Parts: sequence; C-alpha cells; structure tokens
Amino acid sequence: MDFQVVVLAGGVSKKLLPLVSKEIPNALLPVANRPVISYVLELLELSNLKDLIVVVEGEDAALNVGGWISAAYADRLHVEVAAVPEDVGTAGAIRAIAHHLTAKDILVVSGDLVSDVPLGAVAATHRRHDAVVTAMLCSAPVSGPSESGSSGGKDKTKKPGRYNLIGLDPTQQFLLHIATGAEVEKDLRVQKSILRAAGEIEIRADLMDAHLYAFKRSILQEVLDQKGTFHSLKHDVLPYLVRSQLKSEALLNGVAQVEENGTEKIIAQSNQQMLSQILANASERTFHQRYALSPNGTSFRKTHKCCVYIAGSNRYCARLNSIQAYSDINRDVIGEANHLSGYSFSAQNNIIHPSAELGAKTTVGPHCMLGEGSQMGDKCSVKRSVIGRHCRIGANVKVVNSIVMNHVTIGDGCSIQGSVICSNVQLQERAVLKDCQVGAGFVVAAGSECKGEVLAKK
Amino acid sequence: MGAPKKSGGGGGGRVSVTEDSDELVRVPLQAILLADSFNTKFRPITLECPKVLLPLVNVPMINYTLTWLESAGVEDVFVFCCAHSKQVIDYLDKSGWLSQPNFSVTTIESHNSVSAGDALRLIYERNVIHGDFILISGDTVSNMSLTQALAEHKERKKKDSNAVMTMVIKRSKTNPAIHQSRLGTDELFMAINPDTKQLLYYEERTDLSKGIMHLDKSFLADNPSLTLHHDKQDCYIDICSPEVLSLFTDNFDYQHLRRHFVKGLLVDDIMGYKIFVHEIHSNYASRIDNFRSYDTVSRDIIHRWTYPMVPDVMNYGNTATKLERQGMYRASEISQSQSAVIGPFTVLGFGTKIGNNTIISDSVIGKGCKIGSNVQIKGCYIWDHVTIEDGCKLNHAIVCNEVTLKSGAVLEPGVILSFKVVVGPEFVVPPYSYVSLLQQPVEEDSDEELEYADSTSVITSKVDKSDEEDASEVPEARISSVSELGMGGVGYIWQKCEGSQEEEWRHSVAPIPADKISEAMKTMEDDLELTHDGSILPPSGELIPDSNDSDEDNEDSRDDFFEREVEATFLRAVNENIQEDHLILEVNSLKLSCNKLTADCAGAVFYAMMKYAVDTPHSSLDGLMQNVNDVLSKWKKALTSYLTDIDEQIEIILKFEEICLESAREFAPLFTKILLHLYKEDIIEEDAILSWEDEKRDADEADKVFVNKAQEFIQWLKVAEEEDE
Repeated sequence: MDFQVVVLAGGVSKKLLPLVSKEIPNALLPVANRPVISYVLELLELSNLKDLIVVVEGEDAALNVGGWISAAYADRLHVEVAAVPEDVGTAGAIRAIAHHLTAKDILVVSGDLVSDVPLGAVAATHRRHDAVVTAMLCSAPVSGPSESGSSGGKDKTKKPGRYNLIGLDPTQQFLLHIATGAEVEKDLRVQKSILRAAGEIEIRADLMDAHLYAFKRSILQEVLDQKGTFHSLKHDVLPYLVRSQLKSEALLNGVAQVEENGTEKIIAQSNQQMLSQILANASERTFHQRYALSPNGTSFRKTHKCCVYIAGSNRYCARLNSIQAYSDINRDVIGEANHLSGYSFSAQNNIIHPSAELGAKTTVGPHCMLGEGSQMGDKCSVKRSVIGRHCRIGANVKVVNSIVMNHVTIGDGCSIQGSVICSNVQLQERAVLKDCQVGAGFVVAAGSECKGEVLAKK
Repeated sequence: MGAPKKSGGGGGGRVSVTEDSDELVRVPLQAILLADSFNTKFRPITLECPKVLLPLVNVPMINYTLTWLESAGVEDVFVFCCAHSKQVIDYLDKSGWLSQPNFSVTTIESHNSVSAGDALRLIYERNVIHGDFILISGDTVSNMSLTQALAEHKERKKKDSNAVMTMVIKRSKTNPAIHQSRLGTDELFMAINPDTKQLLYYEERTDLSKGIMHLDKSFLADNPSLTLHHDKQDCYIDICSPEVLSLFTDNFDYQHLRRHFVKGLLVDDIMGYKIFVHEIHSNYASRIDNFRSYDTVSRDIIHRWTYPMVPDVMNYGNTATKLERQGMYRASEISQSQSAVIGPFTVLGFGTKIGNNTIISDSVIGKGCKIGSNVQIKGCYIWDHVTIEDGCKLNHAIVCNEVTLKSGAVLEPGVILSFKVVVGPEFVVPPYSYVSLLQQPVEEDSDEELEYADSTSVITSKVDKSDEEDASEVPEARISSVSELGMGGVGYIWQKCEGSQEEEWRHSVAPIPADKISEAMKTMEDDLELTHDGSILPPSGELIPDSNDSDEDNEDSRDDFFEREVEATFLRAVNENIQEDHLILEVNSLKLSCNKLTADCAGAVFYAMMKYAVDTPHSSLDGLMQNVNDVLSKWKKALTSYLTDIDEQIEIILKFEEICLESAREFAPLFTKILLHLYKEDIIEEDAILSWEDEKRDADEADKVFVNKAQEFIQWLKVAEEEDE
C-alpha cells in the first residue's frame, strides 16, 4: 500500500480540560469505554491502511498513547508513535516527522475523528484525479461547537454551526474556495480567476472540513519547506493549495518549463503525471486541463487539483474537539450511530457487561452502557449514559445524559445530569450535578449541588 | 409606492383591484419594447438609421422582437421610440404591425430621453401599464416560452410582494482569456441562491485589476449555500411588476437598467426589493449589443437555433426565401453566374445578381445587390442595393444599403461601411475602420454620460428632416473633398476614438484574431500573478489583500477621505458664510456615509479649524493665536455639537497633539496656550485634560512631549480641583 497514514493525535488540549491530562491525553479519552483514537485506527484497519504514524504532542502523552496502542494493536497494525513538541501545529507536526514519510501519497487524519466514512473511498478519489490534496467534507453537525462546554445540549434549536465556507464546482469534485477560521465571519472573497475557469462555484456553509486529507507527499513537503510560517494544515496549507490551484507554484519549482521550440524538458515524474491526467479524463477534460491548455493544444500552464470527498449524509462524522462534542459523540455512539461502538446491543438497546451487577428495581434504559465490573445499588435509574468499568454506585442514584468514566464511586441519592465524571472521582451522598465536568480524582462533598461548573483538583 | 392601479386609456376598466379580483379579471399581458439602445455601439450606422431597423439576416431587427412577443402571448406592446422615432413609427405603420387584430402595438415617442430610465419614467407618467409586463429592447432575438417564467414570477409575487423582477438568463461560456462572451458582451459575475433563484450579486464591466469577488457576509448568513456564476449570460428579457416603473420614478437618477436599477435594488436593503432569475436551457434568447453579437446572432439564425425566427419562416415585405441544402437560403429572382461559388450558410436576397467566378461564403446578401465578377465575399453582411464591382475582396465586413465598391476595392476584417458610401477602385479600407457619409461627431466627450446620450437630439433631427435631399445632395457636396476612400470615393473614415485601438477587435464583426487570444492568455497568467503571489502570503493563510483593496488600506483611505471631506466642507462654510447648523448637518451626513463615530467628527472638525487658522495669513505666533481664537469663537458651536462626551474631548486633544507634531513650527509653541483657550471657552473640560494626562502617563517619552509642556497647566488644574474640594 503506497498510502502512508499520519494520525495527528494531538496532546493535551485546553479545550477539553479537565477531562484530559498527561495520563489521559486527547487520544485516550474514552468514548463508549474505549479510547477515541481506536475509532480512527479501526477505520483505517477496515480500509486496509495499516502503515501508520501516530503523532502525539508531548513526550509523556506520546508514551501513554504508544503504550496503549502497542498493547491493543500489536499484531494488527504497523504503528509508529512519534512525539513532537507541543504547539507546533499540524503543519509543524508533519515537518517534524518528514523524514519518516516515503510513500507517494499521505493520508493525514485527525486522531479525534469518530466516523464511519470509508477511507478507501477518499484515497481512491485522490488517486483518480491525481489530486494534490483531497479533503473529506461532511455535513456540519447541528449543535454548534460549545466553547465553555457548560451548555448541556440545551441549544438544540441552534442553526447549523458555520465552521467553514466551501466552494465547489458544479460536479462537486473539486475544491475551489475555502474560508476557515476567522475568515468565515468576514465578507466572502472569491478569486475571479478560479471562477472564470470553473464557470460556476457553489458556496456551501453547511459542510464541515473533517480534517482528513490525502496529500501528494512531494508537494506537501515542498510547501511545508518553503512556507516556514505555515502552522496549520487546515488554516494555512489547504487554503494555500486551493488558491494557487490554477497557477501551481509547487509544481513549477522542481520542473523545467516547456521550451518555446517544443523541446520538453519535463522531469519524468511530472510528465507522467500530465499523461495520467489526460488519460484519466480523456472523455471530458476538467476545467483544470482546459485552463492549462492553450488553443493550439500545448500545455503551458501548471495547474493542480484540489479535490473533495463528500461523505454521504447517512454517514457519521464528528470530531471530538470540545466538551460539547464529547458529550454528543458519546451519546451518538451508544445511540443513533451505535454501529460505530463495535459492541452488540441487547434487546433493550443497551449494553450491560455480564460482570456488572444491578441492584433491585434498578433500571438501565436504552442507549446506555454499563462497563465491566461496575455495581449499582437499588432503585437506580440510568438513561442515555455511559458508565465505565469498576464503578461503585449506591442506591437511589439517577444518571441522565452523562458520562461516568472508570473507578468512580457514587454515593446514595446522587443525581447526575448532563455531566462528565472522570476516573477515580468520588461523589459523596446526595450530591447533585447538572451540566458539570468533574476532573479525575476529585471528591464532591456530600449534599453539594452544582450546576454548570467545572470541578477539578487544583 | 404602489403600482398605478387606476384604469388607463386602453386598458381593462378596473377601478380598484383586490387580490382576488386580480385572478378573476384577466389582465392582458403587456410589454414595453425600447426601440432605442441608448448607446453608440452601432455608430456610424445609427446616425442615419435607428438600430432596431437594421436588417438582421435581411429582416429589420424589431420584427424578431415583435414576432416573439406576439408568439409568447403578449397582447399589448408599447414601443418606446426615441432616436429616429419617425422612421420607427413609419416602419411599424408600413409593415402592418400597428394594425394587427389581436396584438396591439402602441408607439410612445420621446425626443428628450437619453436612457432607459428616462423612457420608463415617461411610460410611468403615461399610466398605461396595469400589471406585470415584459421589458425588452427592440434588438432581442428569442424563441423562449414565457409561460413558465411568468408563472414563477406571479407565484413569487403572490408570496412576497417585494419580488419585483425576474431576469431571464442563459448559460453561455465566457472566454476567460479575453473576458467576454461570444456575444461580445463583457463578462458577468452573478451570485444566485440556488434554491430560491434570488439574484444576490450582479457585476458586469468588471475591473480587471481586481482579482477578488467581494460578497457581503450577510448573503451567507441568510442562505445556507449560494452559487457564483461566470457562465451565465443576461438575455435582457425582464418580467417586471408594475412597481419597477414607480421605482424608476422614485429614483430619478436610475438610467441604465442593469448598472443602476439592478445594482441599486441589490445594494439597497431598506426597501427589500428582490430580483430573481429564470434560466432557460434549450431556448434561444440573445440581445444584439454590438457588432460582434450582430455577427453571432446572425449565424445563430442561419443555423436555425432561433427557429421559428429563421429566414424561410420570417417573411416581411420580401418574397419567400427557400432553404436549400447546406444551410443556403435563396430568395427568388436571383441571377447567378454558373461559375459563381456560393458556400454554405449563406443568405441571398431577392433580385440579387452575381457575376462570374465570384465566391461567397458565410455571408448574408440583401435584396437588389449587384455583385460583379471575381469577387470574394467571406463572413460579410451586405445589405440592400449594394453594388460591388469586379475583383473586390470583402472579409468580415458590414456593408449598408446603397454602398458602391468600385472594382478592386478591398475591405479588411471589421470594416463598417455606412449608407451610400462609395469606395474608390483598388482602395484598401484598413481593418476595423468605420466609414460614413457623415462626419464623426466631434463633441465626443469621452464621458460616461455619452453612453446614454445617443446624439439623438442633435443629429437625428437633422437627418430626419433632410432625409431625402441629403441622399442626393451629400455626395455632390463632398465629392471633391473626399479622397479618403480613393478615386471617386465618398465618405469619411472615422478616427478611432478614445484609444480604442487596442480594443477594437473585441466588438467587431470579424472573428477575434488568434494572436489576440494568445496574447490575452498570457496576460491572464499575469493576472494570476497579481492575485496570488505565494511569497508574500501572510502566514495566517488569508488572501493577500489587493494593494488597493485591503481592509486596512481601505480604512486608512477612508479615514483620509473623511478628513479631507470635512476639511473641504468647513472651508466652504467659511468662504460662503454658511450657517453653523448647515455645516453640522453636512458633517453629520459625511459621518453617516463614512460610518464614523462622533469622536472622529470632533477630531476632523477641529483639524479643519486649526488648518484654517494656520492657512489664514499671519505674521507671528501671536497672529496665529489670534486666528485660532477667531476661528474657535466663530465656529465653536459646530465643534461643541460633537463634544457630548469626555472621550470626544480627549480625541480633540489627541488630534491637537497630532497637528502640533505635523506642523511643529507653527503650533508646537502655542500648545499650552491653545489648550488653555480651549479650556476657557468650555470646549474642553478639565476631566478630559486630566484623563488625557493619565492616559499618557505610561507612554514613551517621545509621546509625552506635549504632556510635559502642559504640565504647568495640568498642575494648576489639579490644584484648583483640590481647592474646590
């Protein structure tokens, strides 16, 4: 397989505090009781992409992630874990591991992606068009990204969040315009030269860049080398490639120009590439080729293609990059998108580990998960929640729309709603939590009532 | 703002119309046909003949438009005639259009309209339009069906009374290299909401130096997606609600249908009027805007894209034309030599004579032409009664009625010969030249305005009056003087005006030369270079601002602009003794138009005052101080009206510092004095001065020069304050 995969697993994201720490970096945050990175790894395995480099920010985090992966996937995947300094950005991460990259094409995927989009299809699209970059797009999730994470799913009426503006050609194959980050809220500025060449651009606000890209390695590395200031693939590299697609500087640099008298001194690689482009679309030229060709048929302008793969609306695709997203993804994975979880659900549409113990009159509703060795007292009620391994839960406890990680002790009469409880937390009797995040090892005093708070050890 | 709902002269007898009766009372579909293009693109021909009567494949253009309107179910047409109105009305009368049984054609004559806007305003005054109407110009060829577009328009109108217009558009690839369509029209950028088909953005006559299309963010806030188009062509067929007419009346400065009206409606979000588009796919619709579209549309007609508007179906006045194989159309009574070769896609008019060994291809020949032997005609439009003597060569030219080409004359590509011109023997008319019996109008003010002023008022009337005499008189009068066209030639070769040398190929009948295209391709590459030079790309990945388009630059220039404007306003106020209230009013309107804060106004007004004080002659610093005092006391009210807040007063002090830095010699020594004066005049309060000092406390030493200067004064203020307490 000449696709090399780079999984950008991140480090300890500030946005996810207090859920993450050096021991549990982003990549190991459990979603339905397994680390989020396992979803990406399994997706890759399904597409037979087994040659991976997992890039983690920070040495400690890398050790932890590496340890987990080698334990879980020892014989299934060929994984290399590389540590990079913190805050180098996605572009910096690729720069740091450049010497590992050898394949013709590189698939860069974010480690926090939870999706069932066939990655093979993305790779195939990339190959078919001989594109410089292919980005995967999915429909933007309905609930917006929540900054504080304290709004426990209340704003469901919100309009689809606007993550980026995407300009596509009428056939929806090519990426002609992209505005990300702060540009999204500004006035739309579209290059006329691209519009002239394409004739029509459809601007969509309802698509989200899923941070899964296939790059042509040589060009990605060239761009990263030349543009030392590029920090992020999504905000710098991709927009740059999109903007320069009709006047490809990346290609021109390594390649001799076509001479006036027709003696072509093109390096073999790019010659081959032109040939493959023409062969691939012999029936109908894409606008890139039409644009590159002068009336007498000689190609005198370098173009490159930026393609998109648009995931079908029935596919699930989400990124775990905020606490809101964490709650949403957990809910979805044991709910609507339960095929992702890899577990088989019971007739009641929930998963209760055989070793879990339930007290009398305790009910566990549908779309719930109860981990290995957890115990619940009498008259408890669990709705749309995930409960981890070896938790001790007392009597008369209500858990609704929440995530409880491993080794959590919950005293009698507690009520937990819309909250995330990290591992080794102790909730004393009659604690009431609503829309809270409780950091690992924290002790919530008996009878305390919290709403929309972040509780963590100092 | 409502539509004129009163019953008009010939309309239905409705007095008050409600929603319901709208459906019950059948309103005849009306149309306004503008029989004047209000531009000069068809000069020199249009100096003598109205554009709508120019023969298009041997049939005057207006017939295509009227025939289409009739077939599309329009019952009531108002033909607006302006230039050469008499000729148009005479023609309509003669050709029987004015006496059709179920198709009423009414002419409206005007002599002082210079634009489509004027025409529509006049029609509004006449009060003849009662419902939705089709707005079209008399040079449009179409075979589209209006049913669906009309139904869509009505449906939208019912739901949203602000949907006043539906524009018909058609797909047409624009050549990206030369930035124009095959019709020779400028490239057009549009943004359309794909779901509602609402038009959000319309940009023609693009400024090529700007590589970025700028769309307001509010478009995307309201629409989840929108499509940007460069591949569409405006057919200039509009379905309008009656409000359109009143809009033209309300906005008396609207002249051009697209440039002013459409732009105006799209920009103005106060009234919320909306324009929608209707795209046609298999039907034909094109407007003849220039010589290139004349050529393109003629070919389309010959190739039968416009069926049923084709020569063998359209018969007006002349006898039947028959279609033969290879797209050859021949009228009757043609006498053609055996040895003459007539190529495909050629139209030969009634009674034309063609000599030996003559070769004609891709051309249209009118009626009664005499073509000699060994003549080569390629891609030409030869109108009626033209005489072409032996051995002439014509290449992609338009030859008007009664022109004579003496033997051996050569027309290079792109030549236009207007009526009755005579070209001398062996004379070669250079490419792209315009030849006419009339001299080129000299007043040619290369101003935008000319676009609309179609010379109609001046030249038309003259020509109209002397229609007949002119014909015989003119050649005699000029025959001696004209040697411009060779021996015995008659006519003037017009000078190329306003540096169109370079651009003449764009709108010519001749095909675009290949070298121009490759040249354009090269410049296109340069265009790209301009828009994204990767090396100066900011790291954030934002688009490189065009040097004249960047946000910051804009801010700056707008700042500058605002200050300059305020200064000019102030000076005018001083010189013309305008009242303070009026000055304030003017500055306020500037503030609104530049989107400024009150503090900006205060600063700018103060700056203007100080500038004025410096510019007033003075001998010494004392003199300057006196000037300052005068100006401040005279215009104090104008300044204080912007000083409602302490922030604005601080702004003034900061501005003053700036002024002092700029003209150090003049003001710097007077800083404290003037500050004191401002304080005494109650223009600035002590709080402002103190907080200014406070603000400056942490600044660089360089910034504190003036604070230090005023230290004494500030100390005094502080002491006074303490004493007060």
